[in-house]
Amino acid sequence: MSYLIKGESGDWEVVIGLEVHAQVISKAKLFSGAPTDFGAGPNTQVSFVDAGMPGMLPVVNAHCVQQAVRTGLGLKAKINQYSVFARKNYFYADMPQGYQISQYDKPIVGEGTLILDMPDGSTRAIGIERLHLEQDAGKLIHDRQPKQSLVDLNRSGVPLMEIVSKPDLRSPEEAGLYLKKLRSILRYLGTCDGNMEEGSMRCDANVSVRPVGSTELRTRCEIKNVNSVRFVMQAIEHEAMRHVEVWEGGGKVDQETRLYDSNKGETRPMRSKEMAHDYRYFPDPDLLPLEFDDAFVAGIKSTLPELPDDKKARFISAYGLSAYDAGVLVAEQENADYYEDVAKKSGDAKLANNWVANNLFGVLNTKGLAIAQSPVSADHLGKLLGLIKSNTISGRQAKDVFEIMVETSRDPDVIVAERGLTQITDTGPIDAAIDKVMAENADKVAQYRSGKVQLMGWFVGQVMKATQGKANPALCTELLTKKLAP
Amino acid sequence: MSLDKATIRKVATLARIEVPEAELDATAAKLSGILKWIEQLSEVNTDNVAPMSGGTTDLAQSWRSDEVTDGGMADKVLANAPDAQDGFFGVPKVVE
Amino acid sequence: MTSLTSLTIAEARDQLAKKEFTALELTEAHLQAMEKAKGLNAFITPTADIARARAKESDARLQSGKAGALEGIPLGIKDLFCTEGVQTTAASHILEGFKPPYESTVSQKLRDAGSVMLGKLNLDEFAMGSSNMSSYFGPVKNPWKAKGRSDDLVPGGSSGGSAAAVSGYLAMGATGTDTGGSIRQPASFCGIVGVKPTYGRCSRWGIVAFASSLDQAGPMTRSVRDAAIMLKAMCGHDPMDSTSSPRTVPDFEAVLGQGVKGLRIGIPKEYRPDGLNSEVAALWDKGIQWLKDAGATTVDISLPHTKYALPTYYIVAPAEASSNLARYDGVRFGQRVDGKSLDDMYAKTRAAGFGTEVKRRILIGTYVLSAGYYDAYYLKAQKVRALISKDFADAFEKVDAIVTPTAPTAAFGMNDKQDDPVAMYLNDVFTVPASLAGIPGASVPGGLTSEGLPLGLQVLTNRWDEETMFRVCQTLEEAAAFPSLKAPS
Repeated sequence: MSYLIKGESGDWEVVIGLEVHAQVISKAKLFSGAPTDFGAGPNTQVSFVDAGMPGMLPVVNAHCVQQAVRTGLGLKAKINQYSVFARKNYFYADMPQGYQISQYDKPIVGEGTLILDMPDGSTRAIGIERLHLEQDAGKLIHDRQPKQSLVDLNRSGVPLMEIVSKPDLRSPEEAGLYLKKLRSILRYLGTCDGNMEEGSMRCDANVSVRPVGSTELRTRCEIKNVNSVRFVMQAIEHEAMRHVEVWEGGGKVDQETRLYDSNKGETRPMRSKEMAHDYRYFPDPDLLPLEFDDAFVAGIKSTLPELPDDKKARFISAYGLSAYDAGVLVAEQENADYYEDVAKKSGDAKLANNWVANNLFGVLNTKGLAIAQSPVSADHLGKLLGLIKSNTISGRQAKDVFEIMVETSRDPDVIVAERGLTQITDTGPIDAAIDKVMAENADKVAQYRSGKVQLMGWFVGQVMKATQGKANPALCTELLTKKLAP
Repeated sequence: MSLDKATIRKVATLARIEVPEAELDATAAKLSGILKWIEQLSEVNTDNVAPMSGGTTDLAQSWRSDEVTDGGMADKVLANAPDAQDGFFGVPKVVE
Repeated sequence: MTSLTSLTIAEARDQLAKKEFTALELTEAHLQAMEKAKGLNAFITPTADIARARAKESDARLQSGKAGALEGIPLGIKDLFCTEGVQTTAASHILEGFKPPYESTVSQKLRDAGSVMLGKLNLDEFAMGSSNMSSYFGPVKNPWKAKGRSDDLVPGGSSGGSAAAVSGYLAMGATGTDTGGSIRQPASFCGIVGVKPTYGRCSRWGIVAFASSLDQAGPMTRSVRDAAIMLKAMCGHDPMDSTSSPRTVPDFEAVLGQGVKGLRIGIPKEYRPDGLNSEVAALWDKGIQWLKDAGATTVDISLPHTKYALPTYYIVAPAEASSNLARYDGVRFGQRVDGKSLDDMYAKTRAAGFGTEVKRRILIGTYVLSAGYYDAYYLKAQKVRALISKDFADAFEKVDAIVTPTAPTAAFGMNDKQDDPVAMYLNDVFTVPASLAGIPGASVPGGLTSEGLPLGLQVLTNRWDEETMFRVCQTLEEAAAFPSLKAPS
């Protein structure tokens, strides 16, 4: 199933590493007390620190440190109890201090692992190289003035975690799975909301290619700031093709920073990064090294939720779900929680999976709703499945009731009672109905008894009709079989 | 180390300070003089010495709590800008 | 009657309390003195209106018994401290016209203590210099002149305006900042007291940064007691500065009068290099004798890495400065020179906005941090800095204080040739080691040269032990009976 690019000279393998910038969920910025909310008026969420005014000094937001450690723990990574903030020096209009406060050779989190859930149910481990804390830059607006760009510093100083993978990814699909899984873990942890549209998760992709069988690492290009999973996959695909074409054409790929143009479906060199960079990193003398003890880490560890991998394993073993089904359910914590509620209330984990993954997710998808906005609560869906399990209503009735629940958000017990949908499980009324049907259709009875057993379906239908659909179909069949016996 | 004109040009570009071509030689000479003097540090044995990177070695961490205490003052942030417009800072057009 | 400007802060404080004159009268006397001494060019921005308004507020508080520790005391503020609504330039063209919408922690504390700001004092551009010749707003003249000569002398730097204003009786005290000697060296040149406290004592918030790991604010006054009073008001923990110390601030004034009996005073041999100016050496010997006479014992010590302090400093400080000064880019404040692109605008703005010495240090700093040179220069310097710091730590196992000359010479002429930057850097040879180690240091006037120019003695103590430093300073001050300039009547 490996992803290979067919070239004229042979097959090529793609080597991909991803750098994800994930905005830390926090109220205030990494080094100032200005807010981090999205969408405010220009320069309204800016402190003098964020604007790089003379004499202003950074002070670390303790919560952001905790969030980084929490994320590190979630990625099963090494937590560095001594790390250092360093200045990355470069000039740009969105960079008010003339440097970005980041971490360089001593990041807060070291090596870790992320497990990809492959579509065939298998898994693949991708190495995490490091995670470090850094501040975001401001934003440039180019389309308002013909000869000028405008600077909004609202994002300046917003806390980011840069999460760097090892170059372990081998296809656009794996890159997409990596991003989805990372997003899922961050959301479970509550350290990043993973919202790519609002820029709270951005991705740079490092792409290179090599002939299949080779272990060399050829020149890579960095595609900057891609803002959706789909575009990341497309950008990698296009970039890898471009490399193959360059190499096969006898050329050389230049190490450079590129941008992905999703309209044209191509990457192009980034003009503002043309000048050779020399970031002159050095430890920021305005900040002390970041130090904490075992107890600090243990305190955070004790509050970690069950993460997707563990939850998936539990769903497989405890509920007997397939790896695929469990994977779908655990991708979003709210979905998993909802499912578990329904499974517990109904007492039937597999039935719960069918209803949640098929019926409910189908409805939510159609309506474009998140699980939190579901018109059917887990409590109500659990009750509905309970009604099926207890034979109170039939599966067919349940589907009708579910439709009403979707429209009205009402309790299934109430709907069933109001509409008199309760299934007849008492043999008396069914016996009476059967007798009546048999009396009125002596010819059919005779045909059945003479061997035309496929008429059973017709008899069940008649009995159901006679009971206004309330009879339990299984019970009907059972009683009919006895009575029709020659 | 003696700095040549090309190095001065490169460093000046990194530092975003325009140095006129005619001044490159003189600047290179001055900076080379300073560097030569600085290089006496190479005499010092610093094996196994941990670098002192800040001005202090005995301060406790002081972290801020995650509270919004600032912002909401675009007027003040923009008050000293050479080119402020519509709540933004104006700069020459940038092509990304 | 003696002029109000001749009083020390302690005297003025006591007499204001006794209502012998008003804060407004005291301020007016200084505003007049400033007006008369305009030729010194000590102030970049005088703030007479603010001074009068604050003096009136002080009088009201003095009336109502709510006086602060510095109530009604007229002070000058080095133009490196951001002052709300008042132009703050760092003596650079690039910041000309900049009016900070905020007040530095130190100047706010001084204001909270009731002091009156007379104006913003001149300095070397971005505090980079030892002569105050690099100010965009022109050099400052030292109020002192050599015997029988009329040529103007430099006040030292970078806090040259502060030193000149205090020495020339334009302000009762002034703030300075010291990165490699910028309080102590001008104090020595102008015959006043200058104190650089332990790194971390004073908040750096709101002070235009030169070299973050070295910059410290401190007082410049005409007496040791005044320095103790003023320093107490300036320091204390600031949650906005991660490098500010949460330690309790001692009452520095309370230790005055305790003398030095029983103290061990270290005399480092490395501060007596071959060719040390004989008058400087002689004054140092005198100072040692004064302390012995007062009951201290002296101990010969060695600070073996002293000779490497200056080159270390001239890597660390420019490296940090090259980064700290990157924010002066013509976008959010200060001067801008238009360019055909963003980078062109940056390069032109910074070329026109910064002076020669500042540009030189930015270039050196950029170079020593750049790829391929970081380990050989910056990392090496940080390691040597650790050794220098350890030299002091070892010494303070054996001694309570160290006494040395403050500067290798007395004030030099404004017209003296200053073409060789390294020769100029040597002014800080005795002050830089303490800056690198982050320990407190003070300069006290010790005497005059044969030409009649002031020379200072430097007192260094261990981290956070400013109290011992003040005790030694006061003993030297008493013994020296330094002949200060007379206040103009």
